Amino acid sequence: MSALLEVRDLVKTFGTGEAATRVLRGLSLTLEAGEMAALLGPSGSGKSTLLTILGTLMKPTSGSYMMLGQDLITAGDQELTIFRNLHIGFVFQFHNLLPDFTALENVIFPTAVREGRETTAARARGRDLLVRMGLEARIDFPTAKLSGGQKQRVAVARALMNGPELVLADEPTGNLDRESAMQVMDLIGHINREEGTTFLISTHDEKIASLCRRQLVVGDGRVTG
Amino acid sequence: MLYALKIATRYLTASKAQTALLVLGVAVGVFIFIFMSALIGGLAEFILSRTVGDISHVTIEAEATDPAVLISPQGHVLAVVERGRTRTATLTEAETFLPLIAAVPGVTAVSPQITGAGFLTRGAQVSQVSVTGVEPGLESAILDLDGYMVQGSARLGAGIVVLGRTLADDLALSVGQTLRLQSSTGVTAVLTLGGIYQTGTGGMDRARAFVSLSTARTLFAMPQGVTRIEIKLRDLNAADATARRISALTGLDAVPWTDGAEQLMEALDAQAQTGYFLKTFALITIVIGVASALLLSTYRRRPEIGIMRAMGAGRGFVVFVFVTQGALVGLMGGLSGAALGYLALLPFPSRDAFEPGTLPMDITQGSYGLAITLTVIGAILASILPARSAARVDPVTAIGQ
Repeated sequence: MSALLEVRDLVKTFGTGEAATRVLRGLSLTLEAGEMAALLGPSGSGKSTLLTILGTLMKPTSGSYMMLGQDLITAGDQELTIFRNLHIGFVFQFHNLLPDFTALENVIFPTAVREGRETTAARARGRDLLVRMGLEARIDFPTAKLSGGQKQRVAVARALMNGPELVLADEPTGNLDRESAMQVMDLIGHINREEGTTFLISTHDEKIASLCRRQLVVGDGRVTG
Repeated sequence: MLYALKIATRYLTASKAQTALLVLGVAVGVFIFIFMSALIGGLAEFILSRTVGDISHVTIEAEATDPAVLISPQGHVLAVVERGRTRTATLTEAETFLPLIAAVPGVTAVSPQITGAGFLTRGAQVSQVSVTGVEPGLESAILDLDGYMVQGSARLGAGIVVLGRTLADDLALSVGQTLRLQSSTGVTAVLTLGGIYQTGTGGMDRARAFVSLSTARTLFAMPQGVTRIEIKLRDLNAADATARRISALTGLDAVPWTDGAEQLMEALDAQAQTGYFLKTFALITIVIGVASALLLSTYRRRPEIGIMRAMGAGRGFVVFVFVTQGALVGLMGGLSGAALGYLALLPFPSRDAFEPGTLPMDITQGSYGLAITLTVIGAILASILPARSAARVDPVTAIGQ
C-alpha cells in the first residue's frame, strides 16, 4: 500500500487572543490507499475538525497536508473545490441530502455539478450505486419519503458517485438504530474491500470502530493511538 | 449551466405558494408600469390631439415688407407709405412651392389659404368674422371640418359659406339661407350658407367663416397668390425638423406648431416626467421584492448550499443558481404582468376613439417589451446580492446548522 494522504504537525486554532482555542496541536497522520480506519476520541477532541481539514473544507492554522501528491494547504478555493469533487466523498451524521430532490438526483449531484448536466452515464452509475445500496425500489423517491437508514445509504452512494480515493464519514451511524447502522457499515466495508476506496470514519461507537481494520484515537489535539 | 438552471427551477417549484406570491408581486409591479405607460402616453396623445390635432403643424406665412420711406439727401424723412391695415403680405409664388412641399416626407396635406377679416350681415344683424378661403376638396385637410358638421355640408363652392354654430345661431341662420359678407377691402358678396359646424371651441364657432379659395380671391381682391400655406404632418413631433426642411427647400419662413407652444410642451414634459417617476417606483418595488424573497431563500437554504459546496459546487455555480431564480421570477412576473396589463387595457376605447369622460388609455403605448426587459434586468440585479451572499456561505458552518 502507498500513502494516500499525509498530514504533518497540523495545528488549528479557533478565535484569537484570550478566547483562542487550540483544537489540533501538532497532529500528524498518514493514511494508506485502501485503508478503512476509525477515528475515535471524546467529544471536543478534534475529530470533526480533522475531518473538515482533510475534506479541504477548512484550512489549518499551520502544518502540511499532502494528498495524491498535491499540496492542499497552498491550493486556492477553486482548485480545492475541483479536488474535493474528484477525490473526496463525504458522509455526514445527518445524511444532509438535498430535500427537494429524489434519491437518484442526490446521488448524481457530484457528477452533474462538475459536468454541468445530468448525463445518461451519470444516471446509470447513480442507479447502479443505489441498487448496490439495496435501494432499487427507492431510486426515484423524494428523499423526504425515505427512512433514516435509507437516507444514509443514499448519502453513501452520493459519496461514492465520482469514485473518490477517500471517503470521510463523520458519525455516519450516529443517528441510526443498530440494525440500520450495521447495514450501512456492511456496505462501507464491502465497498472498501471491493473497490479499494479509503474510508476514515469518525465514531464514538466502539463496536462500529471494531469493524474497521485500523483505529486511530484522537486526544488533546493529537493522534494518541 | 443547464444543471444550475434545473436546480433553480426545482427550488422555485419546491415552494409553489411562495414562488406564486413572488411572481404575483412582480406581475403587479409590471402591471402598474404598463398601466402608467398607457395612461401617460394616451393622455399626451389625447391632449395633443385636442390642442394641436386640428391646427396646422407647419405654417408658411408671407413676410410683411417694411413700408417704403422717402428720405431727403439731408437725411430727413419726407414721406412714409403707411402699412396697409387690411392687407397681409402675399405668397405670390405659392403655386410653385405646393408640389415641392407635398413631396416632403411626413407631409400628409398642404392647404393654400387666403385669410382676412370681414363682416357678416343678415338684415340688421352684423358680426365680425375671420374669413378663411380654402381650396375646395381640402376643407378637412387641416381642421376636420367634415367631422364637426352638424348641419349641411362642408363642401365649399362658388357662393357658399360655412359657419360655426354659435355664429349661425346669433344670426338666426339655417342651411340654404343667404347672407352678405363684406371683406376688409370693401368687397361684398352674397353667399349661401352651405353648412354649420360645431368644434366646441368658442372663437372658432363664433367668429370664423369658411369660403372657397376663389370666393376669397374676389373678396380680398387677390387674383393670384395666397396669404398662408398650412401643412399637416403624419407625426406631430416631427414638426420642427420638417419645418426646417421646408424652409431650406423653399426659402420661405416655415413655422412649426411648437413655436409658441412652450407651455404645452412643458406641461407634456412634466406629465412624462411624472410617468417616469411612477414607473421607476414600480421597478424599485419589483427589485426590493425579488431581493428580499431571494435573501430569505438563501438563508433558508444555507445548509443545502453548504452541502453543494462540499460536494464540489463552485461559488460561481451557487451564484448562477440564485441569479437564475431571479431571472426566472422576473421573466414569469414580467410576462404575467404584461398579459394582465394588456387584458386590463382592452376594454378602453382605442386612441382614435377617445371620448370625454373616459380615461384616455392607449393600449399601443403599454411599453410591454420594455416592461418585461426592465423587469428581468431588475430581477437579475436584485438577485446578485442574495446570490453573492449564498456563494459566501461557509460549508462547515452551514452543514453544522
